[in-house]
Amino acid sequence: MSTLEIKDLQVSVDTEDGPKQILKGVTLTIKDGETHAIMGPNGSGKSTLAYSIAGHPKYTVTGGTVTLDGEDVLAMSVDERARAGLFLAMQYPVEVPGVSVSNFLRTAKTALDGEAPKLRTWVKDVNAALKNLDLDPTFGTRSVNEGFSGGEKKRHEIAQLELLNPKVAILDETDSGLDIDALKVVSEGVNRFRAQEGKGVLLITHYTRILRYIQPDHVHVFVAGRVAESGGPALAEELEANGYERFLTATV
Amino acid sequence: MTVTDVTRESVSSALEQGQGHLVVSHLNPPPSYDLDDHPVPTGREEIWRFTPLKRLRGILDGEASDAHLTWETTLPAGVTLREVGADEAVALGELAPNDRPSALAAANAGGAMLLDVPADAVVAEPVVLHLHGESVDDLVWGRLIIRVGTHADVTVVLNHTGSARYSAITTVVVGDGARANVLTLQDWDDDAVHLGRDAIRVGRDASVKHTSISFGGDVVRMHANVEYAGPGGEAELLGLYFADEGQHLEHRLFADHNAPKTKSHVLYKGALQGQGAHTVWIGNVLIRKVAEGIETYEENRNLVLTDGCQADSVPNLEIETGEIEGAGHASATARFDDEQLFYLRSRGVSEKEAQRLVVHGFFNDLIRKVGIPSIEDRLLETVETELAKNVLKELA
Repeated sequence: MSTLEIKDLQVSVDTEDGPKQILKGVTLTIKDGETHAIMGPNGSGKSTLAYSIAGHPKYTVTGGTVTLDGEDVLAMSVDERARAGLFLAMQYPVEVPGVSVSNFLRTAKTALDGEAPKLRTWVKDVNAALKNLDLDPTFGTRSVNEGFSGGEKKRHEIAQLELLNPKVAILDETDSGLDIDALKVVSEGVNRFRAQEGKGVLLITHYTRILRYIQPDHVHVFVAGRVAESGGPALAEELEANGYERFLTATV
Repeated sequence: MTVTDVTRESVSSALEQGQGHLVVSHLNPPPSYDLDDHPVPTGREEIWRFTPLKRLRGILDGEASDAHLTWETTLPAGVTLREVGADEAVALGELAPNDRPSALAAANAGGAMLLDVPADAVVAEPVVLHLHGESVDDLVWGRLIIRVGTHADVTVVLNHTGSARYSAITTVVVGDGARANVLTLQDWDDDAVHLGRDAIRVGRDASVKHTSISFGGDVVRMHANVEYAGPGGEAELLGLYFADEGQHLEHRLFADHNAPKTKSHVLYKGALQGQGAHTVWIGNVLIRKVAEGIETYEENRNLVLTDGCQADSVPNLEIETGEIEGAGHASATARFDDEQLFYLRSRGVSEKEAQRLVVHGFFNDLIRKVGIPSIEDRLLETVETELAKNVLKELA
């Protein structure tokens, strides 16, 4: 069981002209086993929501609460949040030169479990996860994200999702920049993850395309730092047909 | 982080400033055995301005001394090590001293050691010379020539341990078509002072790798110079240093492109931790008029792990011809990258463990280029030990 509860979340970033508020009171609850899609135009604050929940130091929370199964997420350090069961698949995964993918994955798994994984099963699990995402077995020897193509970076994020198996996954524009084949591979990975009991997914996207492969339970339209409207999958269909126009004019 | 890159465009603009007549590098005094050509420095000279002269413990005074380091080695069949006279050293093609400590070493060492690798010899295992000093009270002058015969292939490791005040002049003469991999490891005790000048002459179509690794010692100042006996030579100059509290580790590179179609590739990486840790990297490249079609790239990266450290990094390029394949350099000194740490921590890895991974990766990138497996493993271990002093302290 896992519930991510975001209440009236307000977040600002430092700019040259002083702090600028990006999130203006976001309220959202992802219950046990639910998949929520957050859709919005560029600059609406979708990524800020993802990174604030993960605890990126660039963002300052000025109000509101985030809890995971009742635990205060905002009081936790970045790594404590991950160990509590949160996972962020990033839009722009970071290069870590000289650190191999397999070393990185093993270190992360060890940190999450509090003990090193059993070598034999772990190697098998890693190879299976890479294969599932259509990544070559030699991928494990490459430096983390260094020289990866855009598609490889995203598939690597989802391979991590499957191996690290958090309670709640936040996917920040995982679909952007993917061709249709890669999008299918990545979506299948996410679907395998959420087919498990009680896993929550917060899927952040600009396009409706990925929702054909990952059916959300709820869709939220995100405009100007808050949820402008919530609904079922039908809301995504409306956005597909009409775009964000209606919501943008409503907020002006 | 500051990153500088020189591209061909700036190469041609440098040329337009009329430096085309230069014959001798103004950054590198002409080599000479004559001590009068290398007066006692004041500290204001270009080649001495970063070095803490007072901490050299009188080496520059040049007193005679009989003290030696103990040498231990196992020589593979065919490879010999013997003493030669000063005249023979010069006749063997020793590269003349380019600063006072190396001139003093040549003058005071009383002959030289010659490590001789005959032509066509392919030596599978590294030739390891263990050089050990007993005490910093000992003033030791060293003079070594490594001769690698035509088409030979050899790896030589100089492993420095213990303590001494040690000034050494080393020449590597690499025959045509040969391959040489030379690594010098400064793993001294805390009080040692080591002034070393390594100079390499790369034969026609020969390829050389030289790696300088500095962990221990109070003051370590190493030159790695390379020049070419003919066209087609390639040199890869690598370095790794880890400066702790109060340590001064200085590495000075000079790639003298004096022949056409030659290559030099320099990569030095360092980390600093603790109050007063000081590193210096000077990367000089001279592209002479004759050196058409050459390729050079030099890069220095420093990772500053704590407050109170200083990393000086100066790449210099002197160019007398623009008819080259490429010339560039990059220098960057930075603290931990917040984005890297965030990425690792977002996967559950603690802050300290994330820092350890980043430093490990930073050096691993270089260590895997060294090309001597037994040393590579040891270097990774030493890096971990160094990290344990600061970064990992709270993890224990």
